[in-house]
Amino acid sequence: MHVPARELRQEYLRHDKKFPHVWCPGCGNGIVMGSLLRAISSLKLSKDEVVMASGIGCSGRMPTYLDFNTLHTTHGRALTFATGIKLANPTLTVMAIMGDGDATAIGGNHFIHAARRNLNLTAVIINNSIYGMTGGQYSPTTPFGARSTTSVYGHVEHAFSISELAVTAGASFVARSTVYHADLMDKLLEKAITKRGFAVVEVISNCHVQYGRRNRLGDAVEMITSYRDNAVTVRKAAAMTEEELEGKITIGVLADREMPVSTEEYARIRKQAQEKKK
Amino acid sequence: MTAKAQQPSGSRYEIRFSGSGGQGLITAAVIFAEAAGVYGGKYVCQTQSYGPEARGGKSRAEVVISDQPIDYPKAMELDLLLAMNQAACDAYFYDLQPNGLLVADSSLVEQFPTSRIIAIPFTEIARNEIGKAVVANMVALGAMGVLSGQVAVEHLEHSLLSRIPPGTEDMNRKALYRGVEEGSRINIDTLPRALMSDDYDM
Amino acid sequence: MSDLNGTRQLLQGNEAVVHGALAAGCRFFAGYPITPASEIAELFSILLPACDGTFIQMEDEIAGMGAVIGASLAGVKAMTATSGPGFSLMQENLGFACCAEVPCVIANVMRGGPSTGLPTSPAQGDVQMARWGTHGDHPIIVLALSSVIDSFTITAKAFNLSEKYRVPVILLSDEVVAHTRECVELPSTDEIRVVDRIRPSVPPDWYTPYEGDARGVPPMASFGDGYRHHVTGLIHDKQGFPTQNSSEIEAFHLRLAHKITRGFPEIQMSREFFLDDAEVAVIAYGSVARSSLRAVQDARKNGIKAGLLQLITLFPFPRGYVSPLLSQCRAVLVPEMNMGQISREVHRVNQTECRIVKHNRIDGQFITPTEIYKQLIKL
Repeated sequence: MHVPARELRQEYLRHDKKFPHVWCPGCGNGIVMGSLLRAISSLKLSKDEVVMASGIGCSGRMPTYLDFNTLHTTHGRALTFATGIKLANPTLTVMAIMGDGDATAIGGNHFIHAARRNLNLTAVIINNSIYGMTGGQYSPTTPFGARSTTSVYGHVEHAFSISELAVTAGASFVARSTVYHADLMDKLLEKAITKRGFAVVEVISNCHVQYGRRNRLGDAVEMITSYRDNAVTVRKAAAMTEEELEGKITIGVLADREMPVSTEEYARIRKQAQEKKK
Repeated sequence: MTAKAQQPSGSRYEIRFSGSGGQGLITAAVIFAEAAGVYGGKYVCQTQSYGPEARGGKSRAEVVISDQPIDYPKAMELDLLLAMNQAACDAYFYDLQPNGLLVADSSLVEQFPTSRIIAIPFTEIARNEIGKAVVANMVALGAMGVLSGQVAVEHLEHSLLSRIPPGTEDMNRKALYRGVEEGSRINIDTLPRALMSDDYDM
Repeated sequence: MSDLNGTRQLLQGNEAVVHGALAAGCRFFAGYPITPASEIAELFSILLPACDGTFIQMEDEIAGMGAVIGASLAGVKAMTATSGPGFSLMQENLGFACCAEVPCVIANVMRGGPSTGLPTSPAQGDVQMARWGTHGDHPIIVLALSSVIDSFTITAKAFNLSEKYRVPVILLSDEVVAHTRECVELPSTDEIRVVDRIRPSVPPDWYTPYEGDARGVPPMASFGDGYRHHVTGLIHDKQGFPTQNSSEIEAFHLRLAHKITRGFPEIQMSREFFLDDAEVAVIAYGSVARSSLRAVQDARKNGIKAGLLQLITLFPFPRGYVSPLLSQCRAVLVPEMNMGQISREVHRVNQTECRIVKHNRIDGQFITPTEIYKQLIKL
């Protein structure tokens, strides 16, 4: 069901004192936000039951603009706060919006343990391969050789794959999209939010100001177009060699499995403890 | 908000259980404290110190008993010291007050630092008569209970039974009463008097 | 509620913290194992599920503190417990709780530091850290535990203060208090006063999440109960949204400070022993207050007019109790298991001729009554 953007804006944005937003013109964060709103709208979630937590960085500002129960936490810690909220009130739909540095550098430990723990949470990671807000320093997903304000001679470390990390760490659902593939992103986010267990959606996004500019990748349109050109679906990627996949972005569902969810398991423990008490 | 209190200084009775880690000295002290405090109605403080290792190393546990609220929770001048090995005996003997009592496991302590000593072979009794050396602490607990005069034997038994693994009740109870028997045989008045008598070190 | 209320029990200090927290309504614990605080987590893991609460062991203390704040925002009273190294890690999110005014309780069972320090030895080295460990200016409440019964009642009190003033409360215990077992009569359920945070009474559309009431404390809505609002560690306006407006920034800081200042009579707690005619006094806190009480009584027996002021609240520093004592006495002794972290506060508030003498022990050993007595007779 298609809801016009005007209606989504009217329904979900905070209209008093929150705008203009801090994002640069052409930033992918707005596309992710739009997609999230479409997913929430199509799932008909009540605004009162949605909790959106974020960390620090450009992505961290997203909840500020949205009319949910919103929480702007410390750098890298969004998932820890989200864990406390979900455990304290499992009826809430809790999401964490994070950036690549936020979720996988300073928050890397929390990220892998949230995946292992398999709480019923949704993690959305906007991966733009750079620390944007602090001025363009390299992050754990900055590619080898890329330039940033702390790797002006070219980056000497290797990036890791956020989604593959999430799969290995035990997340129930892992998917990747790019900001070009907005329709796909809508569907992946819907699936992630309704998934029983820890769900991760990684979104490849453009920071043309801090990353694109220094690496001659062009403006927002050029960067986003390159995602269209370089994206391959999971099915297609399965038939490709490692060399062929070099520089490509695999999009779609990377893992979707049914596993015990720790909130449900804990409810069982409670029952057991209470019966023992009687 | 401030509270005013005038606290009278009560009489204290101080006990230390000492030996090596794994001998169950903290367990013995906890049972003693619970018997005197929860069942005997006295004020008690039970403390311990131990190294990072779970077995071996030095281990000591203390119980302070009083009719009044206890300020300083640790022992200052021991009334009763249990030494379950030579090292503990040597290290802590000097913490006894002049009329204090030293109780040593004569199965493990060979050199006595004083003639004013109560030597009972706790470990041998446990191994040979009860069948498990590990309950030497309970044999000692029984003897310490009697010798201290601070706790009723049935309170010790009650506390002991609530704190040991199920299935070991008979063995532990037997060990406790064997210790009580040993302790009851001792006539403290026949022990040599303390040679030294220095003033409270203040 | 714990089953032990109203009964006589032999409990360790750490266990009593758990019972006190449960009695005050704590239903969430998140933490990470560390000596000498682990017994708190262990007992919570047993007792919380039985009373519909939640225990979780997180990946580190940073996460423990984050989860505690999250639970509190969702409306559940929450605490964590740690020792020095973990307390260092918690400072970041502790600052968040100060800034966003999230009620929570943090027990720090102090051990020798710095760094890994002395894991099984007592110390009081984290006193100034508890006050100033997280960056920036912020009010915080720091309470010191000295016995098993304190570990129960002061922990319950910590929750009440935290809820009432919307401020994190730090409980400072130490290895001696944490591991000492004492026989205590726990108060029955109806004897324990439980304070809950004030909830908004206006309709959601009128809710201004960071506007203080008459006391300067904003009513607090839980996530999920219809009062959608924003919570951030950025300095925020009354609506809770980030602000760069200097008058709003100043108003924010002043409200945070003043809500605690207004609560001084209730927040600042101490105990007085033999102070009425005291000419010399000991100012002590935590386990050392117990050694001090014994030394003071021995001094009294020997004709010295000595007294003891035991501080329960360390911060906000109770100068209202300390200053009059400094006017009354010719000298005060401040024994501490650190290099002098409260004695510097006593110096700070001293405007008299009273001599302030430090007695410090930093060798991992508990200060004995004899040491204090020897200092007392020299005053």
